[in-house]
Amino acid sequence: MPTRFLPTNPAIAERVDRLDLPFSAHGIDPYGIDKRELGRFFTWMGWFYRRYFRAEVYGIEHVPARGSAMLVSNHQGGIALDAGMVLASVFFECEPPRLAQGMVEKFLASLPGSSHFTAKVGQVTGLPQHAERLLQDGRLLMVFPEGARGTAKLHHQSDSLVRFGTGFMRLALQTGSPIVPLAVIGAGDAFPTVANLYKLGKLVGAPYIPIPRYLLPIPRPTTFQILYSAPMRFEGDGTESDDLVVGYVEQVRLRIHWLIEQGRKLREGKLDPNDLEVT
Amino acid sequence: MTVLITGISSKLGRLVAKELLAREHEVVGIDRRPWGDAPEGVEVLQTDIRKRPAEDIFRTRRPTAVVHMATVTHLMQRSADRFRVNLQGTRAVVQHCDTYGVEQLVFVGRHTYYGAAPDSPLYHTEDEPPMGLASFPELADLVAADLYAGSALWRFPKLSTAVLRVCYVLGPSKHGTLAAYLRGPRVPTVLGFDPLFQFIHENDAARAIASSLEAKLRGVFNVSGPPPTPLSVVIEQTGRSAVPVPAGIVNMALGRFGLPRLPKGAIDHIKYPIVIESGPFREAASFTHNFDEDQTMRDFRNAR
Repeated sequence: MPTRFLPTNPAIAERVDRLDLPFSAHGIDPYGIDKRELGRFFTWMGWFYRRYFRAEVYGIEHVPARGSAMLVSNHQGGIALDAGMVLASVFFECEPPRLAQGMVEKFLASLPGSSHFTAKVGQVTGLPQHAERLLQDGRLLMVFPEGARGTAKLHHQSDSLVRFGTGFMRLALQTGSPIVPLAVIGAGDAFPTVANLYKLGKLVGAPYIPIPRYLLPIPRPTTFQILYSAPMRFEGDGTESDDLVVGYVEQVRLRIHWLIEQGRKLREGKLDPNDLEVT
Repeated sequence: MTVLITGISSKLGRLVAKELLAREHEVVGIDRRPWGDAPEGVEVLQTDIRKRPAEDIFRTRRPTAVVHMATVTHLMQRSADRFRVNLQGTRAVVQHCDTYGVEQLVFVGRHTYYGAAPDSPLYHTEDEPPMGLASFPELADLVAADLYAGSALWRFPKLSTAVLRVCYVLGPSKHGTLAAYLRGPRVPTVLGFDPLFQFIHENDAARAIASSLEAKLRGVFNVSGPPPTPLSVVIEQTGRSAVPVPAGIVNMALGRFGLPRLPKGAIDHIKYPIVIESGPFREAASFTHNFDEDQTMRDFRNAR
């Protein structure tokens, strides 16, 4: 893989060593996560996170230090930059560092290179079986209940929320995992989509191809605000009626909506970070 | 107890026979191939399991248990004969077990039952249907034999049937699907793909089969050893070199330039992982593997 030639920052390799994952002597965990690949990935992702985008993180203490939890976030900006920022924030800001594991679109697993890369940095194919297993193993799951509908938002729709799926809530109930709602602000500005080409996407197996305002598929440098709020726990075993589950999902959605509003104010300088109360 | 092993002359069959002997069971075997230096006390009948002499063994020796391993797996050979051996052979064995009062049947199947695809989950569980047949029709008879053996569970409730889906077996005998793929110094891989491979040491596989008999297992069980290893690490640790071939021309390149031939459907097996969950087997058979992945790869590499 070409990534093999990328450098690894020793300080980041040391953080990778401190991840609470059962790596084998070859630095491989049971899901195929590769320590060396993580070191290289967070080295360049760290540069994007700190220098190129300048991420500001609030409420990181709400991410549990160990055990299963579900990070539930809004999703926007064409190419899932928000996922990268969430990954980087829990890796760089949590003590000890944690690895968030996302559920990637199935088509990425069939593309050469991306298939190799996503699995090695812990981003598994989006299947309910994977999510359930990761939670049972005490992992940190990253979920975007808006799915591809979320990243398909156009620039003027940024910071809105579309329909949430309910699968994540049933999994949380089934596995007894806390939900940590969070909001990421900035992905829409970093990649201002003006159109999504669905037919072209179909040809390459992707849900769509996003086209930014300036045509080049390169994100613009901008700041990101990432706000974590207190874990929410729901009682149940995952077999509850849809009405009840939809109600629970709505509570999470409202919490994220509120976080987005706070994040917007911070971004526009209308709220002093010291006055922010992330609960 | 008296155990009949079909396909006893295979490398794994011989190991199972020796393991059962060591556990003080009587062993008889059937195989179309001879086993020249079979240990003392092991009677090997050289015949086809579908033939009359095979049935005679059931009649005269009255085995308590049967380990059915006589399935043809050489995937290059896609002949009507292979289908007959795998399906009619399995049928004959199950019928004889019922007719001659065998108490236990262990069918040794493969984890390739689940198939490899971009959207197949890691850690397959036994309840999953076989999903790989569309891309790898050569596996159809093996999958059908697996399901047929499983049907003995309701057709012959008195016969305690265990269907084992064993991951790749690797070790000093250098036999088996994975060993065949790793045979040469250059191993073809698909550029941009590095799937997890799950393998078990051949001695552990033999122990697992023997343990399933002693534990009187009933049902379908995945059998695996150490956690899976990426293909790139397998190739490196076994002293081979990977030859990454772009997906578009991989079919054309195989069998040429010193690369081994593979059936078309097998390409998916070197692009995507087949990883199984074997927790229920470990618990039911009180099984733990003795050889970790490094020892297994070393034994394979160092064998002559």
